[in-house]
Amino acid sequence: MQTVKIVVTGPFNAGKTAFIGAISEIEVVSTERRITDHSQSTKEQTTVAMDFGRITVDDGLVLYLFGTPGQRRFDFMWEILSEGMLGFIVLVDSVAPETFHEARGILDLFKNYSPACYVVAANKQDLKDAWPPQDLRIALKIDSDVKVVPCVATDKESVKRVLLELLYSILETAEE
Amino acid sequence: MALRGNLRDFSLTQLLNLVNLAKKTGALTLGEGNSQATVYFREGMLVHVFLDGQASNLCNLLERVGKINEAQSRLLPQEARSDKEWGLLLINTGLINRADIIEAVRRHTLETAYRLFTWTEGSFLFEPNVLPPDDKITVLLHLENVILEGSRRVGEWKRLEKELPDLGMALRFTTRPEVRLKRITLSPDEWRVVSSIDPSRSIQEIAQAHSLTDSQIRKIVYGLLSAGLVELVPRVKPISAAPPPKEKVAPAPVRKGIILRLIDRIRRL
Repeated sequence: MQTVKIVVTGPFNAGKTAFIGAISEIEVVSTERRITDHSQSTKEQTTVAMDFGRITVDDGLVLYLFGTPGQRRFDFMWEILSEGMLGFIVLVDSVAPETFHEARGILDLFKNYSPACYVVAANKQDLKDAWPPQDLRIALKIDSDVKVVPCVATDKESVKRVLLELLYSILETAEE
Repeated sequence: MALRGNLRDFSLTQLLNLVNLAKKTGALTLGEGNSQATVYFREGMLVHVFLDGQASNLCNLLERVGKINEAQSRLLPQEARSDKEWGLLLINTGLINRADIIEAVRRHTLETAYRLFTWTEGSFLFEPNVLPPDDKITVLLHLENVILEGSRRVGEWKRLEKELPDLGMALRFTTRPEVRLKRITLSPDEWRVVSSIDPSRSIQEIAQAHSLTDSQIRKIVYGLLSAGLVELVPRVKPISAAPPPKEKVAPAPVRKGIILRLIDRIRRL
């Protein structure tokens, strides 16, 4: 049985748990803990370890999705998670410009960990004040050859589209 | 789609850069304390600024920038009229010509815009396709120079330090094709820095070479970055002196067949 891994990362409250939950065939395994710091007003619980989802492709292949802990004090986990990954998705909360700077920092860190392909998912596009993907590209200084994909992490079809865009990018560089 | 946020999280420089690169048309309303300003753009160019409490009409504006004096202003009929009507009246009375009016509006627009760079807290709202009132005299100003000069005037050490925390990084010229170098004007210090750009030299080394303080080099580099002229890169050390780089963890080699199986499965979910 071959396994491959895709990492879903992004700032706190970007929607990583929902993203994995929307598409995983198993109940997402996550270690949520009650928040004890200033973030409490935004979310009562957050991912302190990691989310873990699975998609069985066939008898010989399984895709695992790993969500990184959303808070920077757990960033020691990120490098471990990035080892051997097929690619990664940076999820950005499109209605929270205060997190864009952090999203960019996380993106740079992951690029530093691994040369793997990645896409940026502009999440929460269903909300009224969402920044459109083309503006997020400029705000986050995303290279023109990197896809910025609109996303609603609670919508399975939207999540599928993000994953497919990542896989299409990986396909371009994969071996015959 | 409107863009909302707080200047604390997304600075005016970043907003102008966004408007410039996306060639947006619309109105950006900023609020800081009791002050409010509205900046208008047409296809990524600055066309008009309105700041609460500033010159209310063209006549006041020309007086403020010294194009006409108070005595001349008093001689003019004082009934309400649009800026374009004021302009026509002033030209017809021979007090000023069209070029002077345009230059005064241009200077006023720029000076007002520069003042806004000191606003680091407060709300912003960008509403697309909102243009200034028809009666206003507008100008067309390239945002690259506005960003450069505005950044020169920012003088906020903390923000500069936040934006550019590591002077050990190096600079390289951006490869973005949309940057229009010909229209950008640089101060002598900026030229000195630009002439020293080399991925093998850290920003700190460039500062030392030109006797610039940390604050001065940060301000210059921040302006160049904001205008999109340069970008930050890790310093490339000379090959002979370079220690072996830390190896990135490469993804496991994956064959196209596996990716195609993954694609097929996800499509069918």
